[in-house]
Amino acid sequence: MDVIYTIWLRNVKRYLRSKSRIVGSLGMPLFFLIILGFGLNSVVNISNISGNYVEFLVPGIVAMSVLFTSIFAGIQIIWDKQFGFLKETLVAPISRTEIMLGQTFGGATTAIIQGTIILVLSLFIGISIPGPGHLLIAFGFMTLIGIAFTSFGIAIASRIDDMNGFQLIMSFFVFPIFGLSGAMFPIQSLPLLFRDLTLIDPLTYGVEGIRFGLTGVSQINPVICFIVLSAFSVVMIGIGASLFRKIQI
Amino acid sequence: MNAVTVSDLTKKFGDFVAVDNISFEIAQGEIFGLLGPNGAGKTTTISMLATMLDPTAGSAEVCGYDVRKNEDGVRKSIGIVFQDPSLDEELTAGENMDFHGRLYRIPKKTRLERIVELLDLVGLTERKDDLVKTYSGGMRRRLEIARGLLHRPQVLFLDEPTLGLDPQTRNYLWEYIERLNREMGITVIITTHYMDEADRLCKRIAIVDKGKIVALDSPEQLKRQVGGDVVTVFSPDYPEALASLNISWIERIERYDGFFSIALSDVEEHLSELMKLLIQYEIAIRSVSIHKPTLEDVFLHYTGRSIRNEEAGTKDHMRMAYRARRH
Repeated sequence: MDVIYTIWLRNVKRYLRSKSRIVGSLGMPLFFLIILGFGLNSVVNISNISGNYVEFLVPGIVAMSVLFTSIFAGIQIIWDKQFGFLKETLVAPISRTEIMLGQTFGGATTAIIQGTIILVLSLFIGISIPGPGHLLIAFGFMTLIGIAFTSFGIAIASRIDDMNGFQLIMSFFVFPIFGLSGAMFPIQSLPLLFRDLTLIDPLTYGVEGIRFGLTGVSQINPVICFIVLSAFSVVMIGIGASLFRKIQI
Repeated sequence: MNAVTVSDLTKKFGDFVAVDNISFEIAQGEIFGLLGPNGAGKTTTISMLATMLDPTAGSAEVCGYDVRKNEDGVRKSIGIVFQDPSLDEELTAGENMDFHGRLYRIPKKTRLERIVELLDLVGLTERKDDLVKTYSGGMRRRLEIARGLLHRPQVLFLDEPTLGLDPQTRNYLWEYIERLNREMGITVIITTHYMDEADRLCKRIAIVDKGKIVALDSPEQLKRQVGGDVVTVFSPDYPEALASLNISWIERIERYDGFFSIALSDVEEHLSELMKLLIQYEIAIRSVSIHKPTLEDVFLHYTGRSIRNEEAGTKDHMRMAYRARRH
């Protein structure tokens, strides 16, 4: 536990010190929320799910913020490789699984903080949360997304050695995962093929879980969301840990 | 018990043999040097001893622990300062130390005491709370050494510890390493391609070239094997006639690319005679240097090549440029 805590602590300290990163990574979610939300608010009618489009969009943008931050936190391992710091941890008499778990929880924590900032900001544009119990549910789902996708980032970072692959990851993993998650469109309105893809995307279950927490309504039963996302997290931790163990430096 | 025992250790990367069947032993409390050009296999050897790379064949023991069978045993008993920087620049010196101490599960009270003590030892107490990214190259190196000592290792590996440092800092570090060895009895294994560094610090030196140990002895013995004095003559010619003459005071003549070196017993006495002979045999002399044998001559003698400081220089330069870019 000490070791996991130590690595967690390092990640959180680094995060809290990089003010520009915190502010910088608020940019894109806020951009989506404001431009897309207010731009489409008057033309889109989804009265069967939510009051208006902005309200519909908020859970998706919170999930987006958690997703981006957590994958990014996992990919930090590449920097640690390049800056040599990873060697310092790998040569210590501790197990690699402990290192990986510390990194995962650290990444998830920063992702939750980032998601919370978006959540708080969206309160100013008129979102009302049903109650503290529901809020807790939203945080539960944010935690699961954070853990699952930090592990995912670690798994990728274990296999690539430099940042050249970063753009590739963004284009072929991060954006499709976000785009197909039902964060921006109601699932029912999609063509059949996209609907299936959306139901395969694990983030969909995170978005719907958060939606249930924040608005009290969701398109997928929150219990199913919880089961699917928990299973996905466990699998990702497993894959991440096993790839991380194989790193050679 | 030996601090390190290596037998028939080999590491291959695909077809390339980085470390080729080497064996040696290092006694406790010794300062042992691995000397050779870049790419000779020094770092690969250290990586295997530190359990960071799996050997392809052979075995090695550190402090009685097998590097393959008991990784944690080895890891607990060694400290290592890597060739490339390995500090977290976004943390302070104190935090880097604390992180290390926690990873090695040193109890809080001991940990904090030792951090104060070690930072004082390397003269970084005043900068304890500054972020590492504000540190100079020499300060980072000192911090890395302090960190490597935090868990009181029995064996300390230093991989090119003075690479890219200015002469003053190098001197300071050498004194410091000697003190550690003397006062704390730590076995030190150092890799370097600086001849003077190996000569000054090491009790015994293994000269490594192309993955093999070509010579292993104390610096004095190694130099004695080359001869009493060395005269290096830069010349396009080679005095074959002179070499075939059986002159008692000439110990050996070795031919290299663009120069040849003559090892002889008493240069003060025989220099004029030697010059006369060279002129007599019509050897074109571009320049002559006379010196006591250095490890450079030893390396030349065993490998037929000079360690080529220019080449090493460019590589160092690139490495430093790379480091600088990353800051």
